[in-house]
Amino acid sequence: MRMPDPDIAILDRKAEIVTRLQAVLPDEAVVSDPLELTAYECDALTAYRCPPLAVVLPATTEEVSAILAICSELGVPVVPRGSGTSLAGGALPTADSVILGVARLNAVLEEDYENRVIRVQSGRTNLSVTGAVEHEDFFYAPDPSSQLACAIAGNIAMNSGGAHCLKYGVTTNNLLGVTMVLMDGTVVEIGGAHLDAPGYDILGIICGSEGQLGVVTEATLRILKKPEGARPVLMGFDSSEVAGACVADIIKAGVLPVAIEFMDRPCIRACEDFVHAGYPDVEALLIVEVEGSEGEIAEQLEKIVAIARRHDPVELRESKSAEESALIWKGRKSAFGAMGQINDYICLDGTIPINELPLVLRRTGELADQYGLKVANVFHAGDGNMHPLILYDANAPGELEKAEALGADILTLCVEVGGCLTGEHGVGVEKRDLMNVQYAPADLEAQLRVKDVFDPRWLLNPSKVFPLASTEARRAA
Amino acid sequence: MTAFNPSTEDEVAALVRDAAASGRGLEIRGGGTRGIGAVEADDVMGTGGLTGVTLYEPGALTLVVRAGTPLGEIEAVLAAENQQLPFEPWDGRALTGSNGTPTIGGMVAVNASGPRRIQAGACRDSMIGVRFVDGTGAVVKNGGRVMKNVTGLDLVKLMAGSHGTLGVLTEVGFKVLPRPETTATIALDGLDAPDAVAAMTAAMTTPYDVTGAAHAPAGLGEGPVTMLRLEGFEGSVAHRSRELVRALGRFGAARVVEGPGDWAWVRDAAGFAGREGAVWRVSVKPTDGVRLAEALAPAEVIFDWSGGLIWALTPEDFDLRAAVADIPGHATLVRSVGDAQTRFGAFNPEPAPLAAIAAGLRVKFDPSGILNPGRMGARAAVPA
Repeated sequence: MRMPDPDIAILDRKAEIVTRLQAVLPDEAVVSDPLELTAYECDALTAYRCPPLAVVLPATTEEVSAILAICSELGVPVVPRGSGTSLAGGALPTADSVILGVARLNAVLEEDYENRVIRVQSGRTNLSVTGAVEHEDFFYAPDPSSQLACAIAGNIAMNSGGAHCLKYGVTTNNLLGVTMVLMDGTVVEIGGAHLDAPGYDILGIICGSEGQLGVVTEATLRILKKPEGARPVLMGFDSSEVAGACVADIIKAGVLPVAIEFMDRPCIRACEDFVHAGYPDVEALLIVEVEGSEGEIAEQLEKIVAIARRHDPVELRESKSAEESALIWKGRKSAFGAMGQINDYICLDGTIPINELPLVLRRTGELADQYGLKVANVFHAGDGNMHPLILYDANAPGELEKAEALGADILTLCVEVGGCLTGEHGVGVEKRDLMNVQYAPADLEAQLRVKDVFDPRWLLNPSKVFPLASTEARRAA
Repeated sequence: MTAFNPSTEDEVAALVRDAAASGRGLEIRGGGTRGIGAVEADDVMGTGGLTGVTLYEPGALTLVVRAGTPLGEIEAVLAAENQQLPFEPWDGRALTGSNGTPTIGGMVAVNASGPRRIQAGACRDSMIGVRFVDGTGAVVKNGGRVMKNVTGLDLVKLMAGSHGTLGVLTEVGFKVLPRPETTATIALDGLDAPDAVAAMTAAMTTPYDVTGAAHAPAGLGEGPVTMLRLEGFEGSVAHRSRELVRALGRFGAARVVEGPGDWAWVRDAAGFAGREGAVWRVSVKPTDGVRLAEALAPAEVIFDWSGGLIWALTPEDFDLRAAVADIPGHATLVRSVGDAQTRFGAFNPEPAPLAAIAAGLRVKFDPSGILNPGRMGARAAVPA
């Protein structure tokens, strides 16, 4: 994976740039010491590292505006960073860039239960948004696995989903308004507590834009009253294909669970060893969750279980208690961490039409065999968002490259069956050069033009999302 | 003025390239049933020839359809599989008196969303892919046929509600949902606007998954009525109806009405059909709906989206935006038979930085200014 060479002229002006930033920020909000900068040299895609020129940690929209105005004036690239949990290298610095971290922008600004919204600063973590409204029995629906750590800013940048988005949608469906700072320092207000904004859907294009268009400092989010209850059921199957067919049948039958999660044997075993979630030792496991009152849960589970029985499950177990339910989810949400305990891995994020699940699972296995690598599968089956984990040994020369090549083949397969490269992790640097697989030049050009409007000089998170060759002229201009 | 009726995407692209070369403005028309905002065009391009379902996978809740396909046909195709478009698009025909045929592309171009928007999201929330021809004649695709997709910038959302000014839609992909097995409406009679909004707010903050919250102050013939809709499996709807009636006890006796109820009337603001005056859609924070309605009095209003959407019937010379300027939100003039459109403009003016972004996008997507020229704020309003 190639990043452009840093601009030597910018590196030479580091002292001047840092001095200018220090003039508009408190001392502790500017990091320039080489040793401290290493803390920001990568995000959760740890295979690629590069310390930035400096890091700024603003606490207000005004400070963000001042930072961007200075960087714009001096022509310094800015890489926005939420909590640094990106699996796609979305917050990977270049040596000539300033990292703008939003961690200190973490306040709750307004809770409005009557209108079912909360206004927060964008550095607030996903789970702590729910934490702020839980005492009124409300919650914020998008729930990425990294929700303990990941920031709302990053959720907006990557349009994060999570296990429960089958019912509640992803970030874009739960975001009502933002305060955003453009690269030239201009502050724009988009949307708010009303349900739709006038004019073009600017909010829609900001969500999922991976820090290409502006820095979001505040967000108005939809909050919902917690359901009366929820219960997962575990279903074990002796083949992944059968589990995949069961998923399609559940959805076709008109039952819409809040979540349908899938894990295969390698993943089940790792999770089981890690958190002892009580998973059966089967080839493929589905966690299907439904919500409502006792009666409603029973009504839905009856339909779901009847469908599952037609597929001869080797295990069918309803959770009996809140503790058991929590444990079942703990296992699933620990999947990446559990796999990380036993292997280095690359986590893919392709999405496929769910009727193609059996085919894609089989082909993935065949491709892995060809490369002599192992793949573990854990994913949101209800919406076709796959997360194949390619296991490799980072210390063995050439293994990373081999794993990346397998990853590219699997993602190409996802596109070939009608899916896409990334469902919720974003393109970042990781899948940048695969964009040509999914999009023709005219498709990419239309996206580049949008960036031209928001960031005409291509200073915000450049060298991400789009194939380097397609953006070279714009970045050099 | 020439009327073009292309039947393929290639023909659309060729016509747009010709128009870009000659500088002749094109009015892009679906069924012409909504027609929000005036267009000053030299020629008309109808999309009615671009029809048909390209892909329908009920088991994947996915539908991809060409833009000129009649909405009614699509609703029938989905109903045959017991599915539906989740966002309940409003039908403009009663209001505008149009005898055109609403199309998928027209629905998307105005982001048409009805009562279920408060629970299931707007049209844009169900959209998962688009194909369109931009103002240079280039065919662009974005998104696709899967529900979760963050591969590059989301032009799908950008096309929703862009009123044909950024490109000519040729194909749209949707996430669809199962049709509910049962529908019930909890009706409360005789509430004034503050109590009605309080009741709707109370209902929306229960866990009972309300899919419609509307209030008709003039009623449908028998005085003010406030309606709350529940949908789902039979047992579940029965349970939630009981609980919701109990939760709303302080607002007086409630009637539980089985079946589809009057939601199509709410969706289409049918109470204003065939009557004189301008019709506005105003989007505000739901609890601001009361204040808004007071500021508009004596204009007749219908509250949808729990108070967050106000349909208002006003005299043609009434400057609605000026009357409600201190309430955050925005107003769209949906129908005007007099001079309201010339005086006030159909679209809400935007703050300068956002207007600059919008203008920048428009120039990038339509550098020759040939797509629906004059629509969406490109023409200055005549001073009152």
